[in-house]
Amino acid sequence: MALYSDKVFDHFRNPRNVGVIENADGVGEVGNTVCGDIMKMYIKIDDGRISDVKFETFGCGSAIASSSMATEMIKGKPLDEAMQLTNKAVAEALDGLPAHKLHCSVLAEEAIQAALIDYYTRKGLELPEELKKAAERAAKDEH
Amino acid sequence: MYIYADNAATTKMSQTAADTMVRCMQEYWGNPSSLYMTGQKAKEVLEQARTDVASVINAQPREIIFTSGGSEADNQAIRSAAAAGAKKGKKHIISTAFEHHAVLHTLKKLESEGFEVTLLPVHENGIVVPAELEAAIRPDTCLVTIMYANNEIGTIQPIRELGAICRKHGVLFHTDAVQAVGHLPIDVQTDNIDMMSASAHKFHGPKGCGFLYVKKGIVLTNLIEGGAQERGKRAGTENVPGIAAMAAALKEAAGSMQKNSAHQTALRDRLIEGLSNIPHSALNGDASMRLPGNVNFCFEGIEGESLLLLLDDRGISASSGSACTSGSLDPSHVLLAIGRVHDVAHGSLRLTLGEDATEEQVDYIIKNVAEVVEHLRGFSPVWRELKEGKRSYIL
Ligand SMILES: Cc1ncc(COP(=O)(O)O)c(C=O)c1O
Repeated sequence: MALYSDKVFDHFRNPRNVGVIENADGVGEVGNTVCGDIMKMYIKIDDGRISDVKFETFGCGSAIASSSMATEMIKGKPLDEAMQLTNKAVAEALDGLPAHKLHCSVLAEEAIQAALIDYYTRKGLELPEELKKAAERAAKDEH
Repeated sequence: MYIYADNAATTKMSQTAADTMVRCMQEYWGNPSSLYMTGQKAKEVLEQARTDVASVINAQPREIIFTSGGSEADNQAIRSAAAAGAKKGKKHIISTAFEHHAVLHTLKKLESEGFEVTLLPVHENGIVVPAELEAAIRPDTCLVTIMYANNEIGTIQPIRELGAICRKHGVLFHTDAVQAVGHLPIDVQTDNIDMMSASAHKFHGPKGCGFLYVKKGIVLTNLIEGGAQERGKRAGTENVPGIAAMAAALKEAAGSMQKNSAHQTALRDRLIEGLSNIPHSALNGDASMRLPGNVNFCFEGIEGESLLLLLDDRGISASSGSACTSGSLDPSHVLLAIGRVHDVAHGSLRLTLGEDATEEQVDYIIKNVAEVVEHLRGFSPVWRELKEGKRSYIL
């Protein structure tokens, strides 16, 4: 059995949406170098939709593939849909991840939420319910 | 091009070893404990293997116990010394922070059984300082166990000196020589070694086969109880084909050691030089006191598993000490022990060249590692911060 599914390998070898958005509307970064994975997501919002998304990742094969897949899954989507992206959906779209790599898909979910929270915060808008919990959790992680 | 550059993980069996193994399975398949001819023929093969193994390390045949490999030999050596120590009320053991887990986990177990363990520092160069060993020895020290050469960074320890210190203080000295046997000239007499572990699959022998050298007079404790094989110290019908193949591989390795070592050392140094040209990289472990085929680097701003997978795509088999490859959250304990911080330890790469490696292969590795590192840095947020001065370079 291979280490990863073909889908994971595909997204790892040819990651989609790699890079930065210089004038992004929201930027989210999660993870740290101590644990060995850092994901950074940049989003551009137009008319309530994710018009563009890019990522940078420091991490293993599944971290890179999870970031890539997550960006594909929210690109062009309305905000309320994008904020509901779950790690489970990312892992399923990749045809599964090994159990000890599931945290990579969690990071992808959190990175997107962090970018959305950044967007709402910059705009001075109240966070939607879906993101409030994520924001609380992120605040706790920082302490 | 395909290059197997993970010979520290395991080696391909030599043709001689494989042939020996098959011949044993077909011709010497009897039980060595049986009295009739078929059994006695297998017994002869077994004892010839013991003699051959012993002569390579300058030991007596009866000082060799065959085991299922390096892990078992480590476990038995340490357990035996601990049991003998405990009888005399000596429950202190000295080792190092960068031993193989076969040693470290056994020591952890002993700690939970009331032993005290001192782990010596291995410093930035990955080498134990003999004076620090001498200072750590106490009246209740029953064992010093220090590896001959490290499996990740390849650094070779001053075994003879360490052994001499143990002799002087009357403390048993065990060395895990799994990475050294068949690659370095070892003489258990002049090296002052009391017990030594070895594993066949690291020198082109079969997996699941190894030996423990035990100096005459040292009492072993059984890990496996049962029949009277191996002087009653290791029960179970002997793995005759594996043992014979191991002896054949070891004889072969010993016979061409000088030639292999010179060849591999030259290629190793070429590889080190080439990889050093990658910006913000560093060799792990001493540059010269290291195994002939071992190269281990850290590259800042990238993670090791993704590096390995992309090298695999290019036909290069290597390994890494990143957390993602160790299956735990922490990167290699060896890299942490030589003072590499988590940030860079995750970006490590171990390349261990075989005896048949070529200059062309080494140059191919250098070119491809450089390309893959650059590719991964291209979308690493850590590398961006380093480049933009928002984070300071460690390497
Ligand atoms: C230094 C060292 N000790 C012990 C072992 C374990 O040997 P084996 O795989 O034969 O149990 C290894 C091999 O991985 C090793 O490199």
